Amino acid sequence: MSDHSSLRTPSQRIAWTATLIVSTLVFIFLIAPILAIMPLSFSSGSYLTYPLPGLSLRWYDDFINSPRWMNSLKNSMIIGIASTLLSMVLGTLAALGLAQWKSRFKPLVLAFVLSPVVVPGVITAVGLYFFFAPIGLTGSYVGLILAHTALATPFVVITVGATLQSFDTNLARAAASLGASPIYAFRRVILPLILPGLASGALFAFATSFDEVVIVLFMAGPEQRTLPREMFSGIRENISPTITAAAVILTTVSIILLATLEALRRRNERLKGGGA
Amino acid sequence: MTVTSPTGADVSTEVPLKRRLRRAERTRQVKALALVAPLLVFLLFTFAGPITGMLWRAVDDREVRQVLPHTIAALADWNGKDLPDEKAYAALASDIQAARAAGTIAIAAKRLNYALNGFRTILTSTSRNLKAMPQAGTAKETLGKINPAWRERSTWTTIKDAGGPVTGFYLLAALDLTRNADGAVVAAPPDQAIYREVFTRTFVISLSVTILCLILGFPVAYLLATLPPVRSNLLMIFVLLPFWTSLLVRTCAWIVLLQSKGVVNDSLLWLGIIDAPLRLIYNRFGVCVAMTHVLLPFMILPLYSSMKAISPAYMRAATSLGAPPLTAFLRIYLPQTLPGIGAGSLLVFILALGYYITPALVGGAADQMISYFIALYTTETANWGLASALGAVLLLATLLLALVYGRLVQGQQVTGGMKN
Repeated sequence: MSDHSSLRTPSQRIAWTATLIVSTLVFIFLIAPILAIMPLSFSSGSYLTYPLPGLSLRWYDDFINSPRWMNSLKNSMIIGIASTLLSMVLGTLAALGLAQWKSRFKPLVLAFVLSPVVVPGVITAVGLYFFFAPIGLTGSYVGLILAHTALATPFVVITVGATLQSFDTNLARAAASLGASPIYAFRRVILPLILPGLASGALFAFATSFDEVVIVLFMAGPEQRTLPREMFSGIRENISPTITAAAVILTTVSIILLATLEALRRRNERLKGGGA
Repeated sequence: MTVTSPTGADVSTEVPLKRRLRRAERTRQVKALALVAPLLVFLLFTFAGPITGMLWRAVDDREVRQVLPHTIAALADWNGKDLPDEKAYAALASDIQAARAAGTIAIAAKRLNYALNGFRTILTSTSRNLKAMPQAGTAKETLGKINPAWRERSTWTTIKDAGGPVTGFYLLAALDLTRNADGAVVAAPPDQAIYREVFTRTFVISLSVTILCLILGFPVAYLLATLPPVRSNLLMIFVLLPFWTSLLVRTCAWIVLLQSKGVVNDSLLWLGIIDAPLRLIYNRFGVCVAMTHVLLPFMILPLYSSMKAISPAYMRAATSLGAPPLTAFLRIYLPQTLPGIGAGSLLVFILALGYYITPALVGGAADQMISYFIALYTTETANWGLASALGAVLLLATLLLALVYGRLVQGQQVTGGMKN
């Protein structure tokens, strides 16, 4: 039985009940807005309010038939996938290097590598805006991909680094002593073991790029507008139910990412549990 | 591989072995560094470089120097007490002639107008009316006739101060300070002194959101840490799903809920609790609610992991020794959650400081935080010096807090490791 069932005094029971009530309210606060917006996207009316006059898919139809929205979805995908791939290469190499590197400068280098997460988005965006404009990288896919890679790579370094920390380096040594070349050992021994970590890193990287809007706001031309950027304009101008359809699409992507991540975590825990 | 005989330490073979090991280790380190290098170079180009560039713009002041080079040179040995001599006036006249031909007057006028309101008119009217280069020795008289401002000392100190190549002007302006004609740092005129208020507002909003997150997050983290894993894992979805949902979606959701014909107002009207819709959004309330919603997971997760590490045995020991539940909680449990409270609060506060999107979408004009002004001066008014200076102040505050956060989290890891 769980710990709280053995509560003895009435005051403890009251405190526990209060915790339960407050927590339930907070859970409602956290989840209700996201749930409330979803049914509105299936409304047949154009007012964002309940009760719904009827159900329809007209706003999804609107989304699919709007070149603006579809182009933004395509842009989000292109920029998200490209910056994920780039940050995976850079981040994995760096995590491998950092795991072996011993130096008193290591905390400093690590802080530098992770700093894009901490620095406010506007500062990074303004800096990039000044820096990329003279070399023609504003209003281009390349500029946005580079910028999003810089933001996403810290997450790859963290997740892959955490996986490497639990990785038994003796396995790599064993492979080497049995005559495997470093590349062969990486491909056949190290890679399969750190693959779940890499996958989590990739998901984090993609989510970072897919959700990013401040840098896009500063750097994207009309051609490169992403889905969050289009939502930003939509909210500014007037909230049409098409935005709620876009919101549902974005949330679905988030849920898929979260579910995949959770599945990877469970698998990892199971493997660890089996080993112990 | 060298095999040393097990019978004794042979000095002649042992030293090279040591050296070889050291060399192997060094090669390993070089290889490790080579793996990190691509990312470091990449971040130099896409992150550190751009931010350094922005910081440089906060002190860079070469516009006036480029447009009026001779004037700046002539003013170099001016004492600043009386009006400058004829040489400076002649230099200004020739600079203005050249700048008009090159079409660069506006660049200098814009920069000088930041320092002295109305300078744009002085410069453009002078440029328009100065038909030809005044005769030798009459430049002072001619310019004074075109615009009496050239007979004022402050006009000239403004040019000298803006002569660059570097300036503290923008950084001072970001703190509502300026230099007077004598070069002393004084408070900026009230119509320009808005940034201290903006910084205070940014601080107050961030602090309110942090406190709200702590109040709402603490019971949830406690519940999640106390419940058996099967149930807490399930409830964790309520924290992680919002965490993974797009910021734009969540902001949009709050607008839909809180607007005057939104879900909340409609329900309250229907229930008869209110007679007219409440103003719940495009004000401070809306900003705090939406930001608390976005940042709450960043509070819950560190709190949860610090509470998870507290052994229930401590509380049992305290109660068995006769401590009333409240005392046991305040004296035994709460102190152990302090590192988690510190980490979570700092994280939320740091993230809140730089918020831009949420206040921009759900706040009114009086709720815009510092990031809004940085964005405004970058893209709308192109006052890049001021945008960069405000950015520098925000960056400094963020990095200092991040440093404290790093220390705190590192300390936790160390003690956590010792406990286990």
